[in-house]
Amino acid sequence: MSPARTAPMSSEELKWTAVCKLGDILPGTGVCALVEGRHVAVFRIGDSGIHAIDNIDPRSGASVLSRGLVGNLGEHIVVASPLYKNHFDLRTGECLEAPEHSVRAHHVRVNGDDVLIALA
Amino acid sequence: MKIVLVGHGMVGHKFLEELRQLQTPGAEVTVLCEEPRVAYDRVHLSEFFAGKTAEDLSLVAPGFFAEAGFTLRLGSRAAAIDRRARTVTTQDGVTLPYDKLVLATGSYPFVPPVKGSERDQCFVYRTIEDLEAMKAAGAISRKGVVVGGGLLGLECAKALRDLGLETHVVEFAPRLMAVQVDDEGGRILRSKIEALGVQVHTERNTVEITDGRSARHRMVFADGTHLETDMIVFSAGIRPRDELARQNALAVGARGGIAIDDHCRTSDAAILAIGECAAWRDQTFGLVAPGYEMARIAARQLAGDAQAAFGGADMSTKLKLMGVDVASIGDAHGRTPGCRSFRYADECKQVYKKIVVSADGKHLLGAVLVGNADEYGTLLQMALNRIALPADPEFLILPSSDGKAKPGLGADALPDSAQICSCNNVSKGQICAAVGEGASTIGEIKACTKAGATCGGCVPLVTQVMKAEMARLGLSVNNHLCEHFPYSRQELYHLVRVGEIRSFEDLLARHGQGLGCDICKPTAASIFASCWNDFVLKGELATLQDSNDYFLGNIQKDGTYSVVPRMPGGEVTPEGLIAVGQVAKKYGLYTKITGGQRVDLFGARVEQLPAIWEELIAAGFESGHAYGKALRTVKSCVGSTWCRYGVDDSVGLAIELENRYKGLRAPHKIKFGVSGCTRECAEAQGKDIGIIATERGWNLYVCGNGGMKPRHAELIAADLDKAGLVRLIDRFLMFYVRTADRLQRTSTWRDNLEGGLDYLKAVLIDDSLGICSELEQQMQHVVDTYQCEWKTAITDPEVRKRFRTFINDPRADQRIVFVEERGQIRPARAEERPIVENAEVEA
Ligand code: SRM
Ligand SMILES: Cc1cc2nc3c(=O)[nH]c(=O)nc-3n(C[C@H](O)[C@H](O)[C@H](O)COP(=O)(O)OP(=O)(O)OC[C@H]3O[C@@H](n4cnc5c(N)ncnc54)[C@H](O)[C@@H]3O)c2cc1C
Ligand code: SF4
Ligand code: FES
Repeated sequence: MSPARTAPMSSEELKWTAVCKLGDILPGTGVCALVEGRHVAVFRIGDSGIHAIDNIDPRSGASVLSRGLVGNLGEHIVVASPLYKNHFDLRTGECLEAPEHSVRAHHVRVNGDDVLIALA
Repeated sequence: MKIVLVGHGMVGHKFLEELRQLQTPGAEVTVLCEEPRVAYDRVHLSEFFAGKTAEDLSLVAPGFFAEAGFTLRLGSRAAAIDRRARTVTTQDGVTLPYDKLVLATGSYPFVPPVKGSERDQCFVYRTIEDLEAMKAAGAISRKGVVVGGGLLGLECAKALRDLGLETHVVEFAPRLMAVQVDDEGGRILRSKIEALGVQVHTERNTVEITDGRSARHRMVFADGTHLETDMIVFSAGIRPRDELARQNALAVGARGGIAIDDHCRTSDAAILAIGECAAWRDQTFGLVAPGYEMARIAARQLAGDAQAAFGGADMSTKLKLMGVDVASIGDAHGRTPGCRSFRYADECKQVYKKIVVSADGKHLLGAVLVGNADEYGTLLQMALNRIALPADPEFLILPSSDGKAKPGLGADALPDSAQICSCNNVSKGQICAAVGEGASTIGEIKACTKAGATCGGCVPLVTQVMKAEMARLGLSVNNHLCEHFPYSRQELYHLVRVGEIRSFEDLLARHGQGLGCDICKPTAASIFASCWNDFVLKGELATLQDSNDYFLGNIQKDGTYSVVPRMPGGEVTPEGLIAVGQVAKKYGLYTKITGGQRVDLFGARVEQLPAIWEELIAAGFESGHAYGKALRTVKSCVGSTWCRYGVDDSVGLAIELENRYKGLRAPHKIKFGVSGCTRECAEAQGKDIGIIATERGWNLYVCGNGGMKPRHAELIAADLDKAGLVRLIDRFLMFYVRTADRLQRTSTWRDNLEGGLDYLKAVLIDDSLGICSELEQQMQHVVDTYQCEWKTAITDPEVRKRFRTFINDPRADQRIVFVEERGQIRPARAEERPIVENAEVEA
């Protein structure tokens, strides 16, 4: 999987799925949502809002990234995989320690109280 | 060139190491080692009583002889030398030719010619065999006497006391440590030693040892008094082993010892002598540092460096005897003509300090420090490097009551050539070079320069030099936790405690920056838990927990979790075991007995955890904290209840302790072991806290480790009653919680602790920092506020809600696939899994 994103589409072309209410995610943590059969980790971070990346940790193949600790490393807002502690940028999906293990980052939108995801 | 070394002791081995490093071409080396084992660290011999084994004390790196190509003959004593034929013959008749012979035969303990000194249960203190015999005798003795109140005698007295004996020291001279300390210092030293429960008898000349009435022996003194005892250890000085020299008409010193010149050559140029057996200018040296220097000189001589010369040695010493600091530097007795001295004595705190300065008042000649030797490093360097004294030299030893800083000697004031570690001849320049190459902890400095690795006396100064150099290179001594907090874990702990900070948000706002990360968040969570002990998943605290703590289970490679119910002391009822089995069966969990004496159930999916725990709790179980940096298990042996050797109830104590400390969060996990007798079936000496029952109570061992780098625990206190034991463990654990780095087990913490075990004893037993009652209170708070995290979690609907795989779908994670093996499940390997992309759920 590469961090390269598909060409940006306009908001209307994206297929949005409402996954949960904002209040369902404890600020500073993540949850896993099933979006069109794909495991997506959705994080809620202080001021920078909602982020979504794949939930599957490429190194182990386990569906766990939403259970990692979030924070920042320099400019990057990251989650640390709970298994081997490698860090993923929440905005791009890039794996900072091993770029070949990067994941896809997905589109997010908050509509009123609803959290919506569109696969990238 | 054929080289034969006679004697493989400390100095002999140093010689071999040097020789190997110099890579002398064509050297064929044979070593005659009289003892049944290779060289070991005699300086730390007493640690044998604290649980160190002969292997721990060994100075020889594995594979040394094979790699160096040296031949070792163990248990082989040189019996005769033929100087004309240049051969050595061993006691079992082997004759070896030599081109160069190196004698490193050390010393033997002097036993005064007293009638009865050859009786059973009379010992000397020199070899591992001596200590083994003493240990065996100690087990069947109540009272012990050390003859000789010098440096070694006092160390030996400590060993007897640690063996649990009523201990006496009998000294011929009017004071203890007569060589190093003056009258007034000797007086203070004596009262300190007596306060520690060792009885001192000075001016006693033993004339005879006979049968005793109340004990095995009666020692009769010249003044008509007597003392009864079960065992006696002679420590009345040492004599050089120069018998080979005497047999072969080699010159010996006026007071014995094989005479050597500045190049360590004896009167026969083909024979060299080094270490305690050698006499240089009629002087022998009973310390290891001068011996090491001779070893270096001799090796360089043989490698062809004819210039290498021995220039005498500084006999300054600093030691800690039973927690009492004693140091002596240079001309401690003020024998230099015209010298003058300054003295300071505090009979309340039992501190005595004296400095001897030159007639012109410009230089320090000597010093005596008793009770507190903090200034040792500074004073020694001033004396050795002839650094000009400040105008009021008395301030060097006066306590700084007026807030005026002492005219300390910054490491900067030392020349690069200043020798910082005398045991290993390491200069300030070498330490600075090591810092330049990246060493930034005392452990790294030890590893690459050996500074501080022998007697340890120089460690404070080495640390000071290291820090000063790091500061000079602009390498701030960086112990910052991470980019979000410019503090060490210990500092953060104090900020939390003092500022009564209870949330990460508050901590970040007051002392940090950014959002935090997977380093500082769990660290903060652990500190909050140690200080305030709130439920770990309460509100914001939940967001700080590592995945394991967030789900109260250990995450496995496939994203499932393990379930470990607590079984205190490893004890479990049949009903309990059945209940665990039923849960495992119902949820299809893989079941295994752990190395920690309990049962682990693997393969639980996150959404199954609350239901599983609900059933376990109903059956009377609690969280085992297998996931936390917290107390794990207290391993026990079956003890006196069943075992025919047990002397106390180890299971009962283990359960009590596990229940007391369960839930305690710490910088890393903590494990205990409790054994019912010295057979040690619970392997307590491999645990952070180890307890072994004795006839008189409990021995407490600390800082052991069994994992990546096994380390034997050390005896910190003996024969404690249960209340005293618990009090000391409270203090120990809280002090560890306060001061350790993140993810530092007690063993590494201990290895990095300046002052080592003696410092720990001073803080935790003598209360030198005055914090013991605070530590106890803090522990009591943790004990009083314990809750089973799983019980709280399953009864709180908000928390319970978080245990689910998908936020928007009730199904389980289809990617988790098990296969069967030996009748149980295990995670499927990649090639055994159905082919699934990221998506696999077809609706
Ligand atoms: C389950 C168990 C192995 C077993 O099947 O027997 C085990 C399993 C793990 N051990 Fe262990 N250790 C287990 C007993 C031990 C022991 C034996 C003992 O406790 O007597 C040791 C050596 C003793 C010691 O700690 O000194 C041990 C030394 C380690 C170490 C090395 C620690 C060290 O400081 O040297 C690690 C790594 C670490 O903690 O950083 C480790 C780490 C782990 C981890 C947590 C690794 C991980 O992150 O996945 C394993 C996961 C446990 C789980 O999922 O529940 N485990 N581990 C044992 C659980 C004991 C229990 O009931 O809680
Ligand atoms: C309990 C204790 C504590 C000490 N504490 C300190 C301290 O804190 N600081 C300090 O500086 N020093 C201390 N010392 C002193 C230090 O241990 C010695 O200075 C050092 O060991 C001397 O080394 P060596 O090689 O000369 O002698 P040793 O280490 O005694 O080695 C000599 C070896 O030669 C062997 N040998 C003798 N004759 C023959 C022969 N004919 N053939 C073959 N082998 C032979 C002996 O068996 C022995 O193994 C302490 C000593 C003891 C006993
Ligand atoms: S390395 Fe050891 S402790 Fe870690 S999972 Fe494997 S067996 Fe268990
Ligand atoms: S002075 Fe002994 S280890 Fe440094």
